[in-house]
Amino acid sequence: MRRHLLTVSVHLVSVALGVSILSFVFMHLSGDPVMLMLPPDASRQQVEDLRERMGFNDPIPLQYLRFLSGAVRGDFGISLRHQQPAMGIILERLPATLELAFAGMGIALAVAVPFGILSALRRGSTLDYCVMGGALLGLSMPNFWVGIVGILVFSVKLRLLPTAGRGSWAQLILPGLALGSYLMALIARLTRSGMLEVISQDYVRTARAKGLSEAVIVVRHALRNALIPLVTVVGLQMGELLGGAVVIETVFAWPGVGRLILQAVFQRDYPLVQAAVFILAMIFVGANLCVDLMYRYLDPRIRHA
Amino acid sequence: MPRDPRRTRPGGSRVLRKLVSHRAAMLGALIVSLVMLASIFAPWLAPQDPLALDPGRRLLPPVWMPGGSWAFPLGTDHVGRDLLSRLLYGSRISMLVGLCAVSISATIGILLGLISGFYGGPVERIILWMADVQIAFPFYLLVISIVAAVGTGFGTIIIVFGVAGWVIYARLVRGTVLALRGREFVEAAQALGGSSIRIVLRHVLPNVLTPVIILATLRVASVIVWESGLSFLGLSVPPPTPTWGRMLSDGRAYLANAWWTATFPGLAIMVTVLGVNMLGDGLRDALDPRLELSGK
Repeated sequence: MRRHLLTVSVHLVSVALGVSILSFVFMHLSGDPVMLMLPPDASRQQVEDLRERMGFNDPIPLQYLRFLSGAVRGDFGISLRHQQPAMGIILERLPATLELAFAGMGIALAVAVPFGILSALRRGSTLDYCVMGGALLGLSMPNFWVGIVGILVFSVKLRLLPTAGRGSWAQLILPGLALGSYLMALIARLTRSGMLEVISQDYVRTARAKGLSEAVIVVRHALRNALIPLVTVVGLQMGELLGGAVVIETVFAWPGVGRLILQAVFQRDYPLVQAAVFILAMIFVGANLCVDLMYRYLDPRIRHA
Repeated sequence: MPRDPRRTRPGGSRVLRKLVSHRAAMLGALIVSLVMLASIFAPWLAPQDPLALDPGRRLLPPVWMPGGSWAFPLGTDHVGRDLLSRLLYGSRISMLVGLCAVSISATIGILLGLISGFYGGPVERIILWMADVQIAFPFYLLVISIVAAVGTGFGTIIIVFGVAGWVIYARLVRGTVLALRGREFVEAAQALGGSSIRIVLRHVLPNVLTPVIILATLRVASVIVWESGLSFLGLSVPPPTPTWGRMLSDGRAYLANAWWTATFPGLAIMVTVLGVNMLGDGLRDALDPRLELSGK
């Protein structure tokens, strides 16, 4: 276990380094930041002065090292637009995005796992067809389209739920559902196929032969093993949720990092864009580390391997 | 999953029969063909010029509603452009971006997957590291930050999606190659003195293609969804080119009084993606039922 933790940490650091290089490259691809920081009528002398002061005349590797040492200390430079440290702006918005992402994942799990199990247990039934049809539909609808249909039905027609904003539980339902719709469909499919695989195994037959009730067999014996593959997928999909938040936050006027990124893109506020993307990427890497450790805990075959 | 190509690779006719008897796959194939035809023949099918605006006829309802007319079968948008014509032209962007981007990703992915799987060593480690780094970026954020840096445009969008999507193919191909490397027919070819490149091309590549084709089909669906999302955000192909995502985002403001402006582009995306997904699922059932493609 200890050794594994070490391997994972080394891997994590190497990935983090790669992420920082990629972020740095994007920042340079975006053109000359100095031109964006000065008024359009600035003189050549002003441009040259600022360039020297910001260190843009230094060799690229040196600039990268400076960026890296800043990133390690949580210093991603000053937002061009807000004139504040980028990190602070992002941290202020981060809870809203995480809240949305967890809502999406929670709703997806809460709906998809029970239906996936039922679908597997009643294979070939009408319910099974409906659930799998619904899952196919869920995989095929862009999340913002789910959100817009949700607004049209539940806000405009039925007047049950608010259309936008953050604060109350009711405001969390539609965006969470929209963000989690793809994941919900994916989990329903995976739960079903996982259950189908597990219930034909010998140990489940043994449990049946022992005369255990169907509920005990499903919950105690089958479910646990059927859900192990889900853990990895849920971890990987956390990234999709953070990315999808950009669109969903726009649809629902949700005050999170996603909308911040989008605004920053349109305002050409590159330090802010790169800092936000870097931080979300690191959150995603951290989430996958947790998944990796959890996986070991859940599946003794790996733990003792 | 990998097998000796000469013995158990499903014969073309058997696969075709299995695919034809797969009802969902056939429906998917039908939808995909219709969308393709629509995108190819858009100039002949469109009743109106998709860019012609006329404030006098803004937000006209579809033909079956009071006030609708056959001149604008699905109604008009907020500046009076014909929705049906715009949908037909919009299908070009979705299909082209989907197909081109997936071709680029698959080519890069197959190449890097073959190299890393067959040669191993430091090359493999570097490729795997690149894959890990790229996967660490949520795909959408990666695309947004590249687009933010280099700007938008039809070619750019295709290249960005194409280059950013290689990892899943490389991992799939590498896994297949690793499983193949110890198999008798590959070892036999090595023992007979076949060159590495020849072995890869003659014996490994054919076995890798089946899962890649299935994966690529399903990924066309994902890319269409992602492109529509970027369009929706205003980061894809710039106006005035009609795209489904931007039509949806334009129509969003008129949900309460002109539902059709947002609903039809949304349905277009959904039905197209559904068709591609059904075709992909059917291909998997027919070609390689045990293939696991969940997650990334």
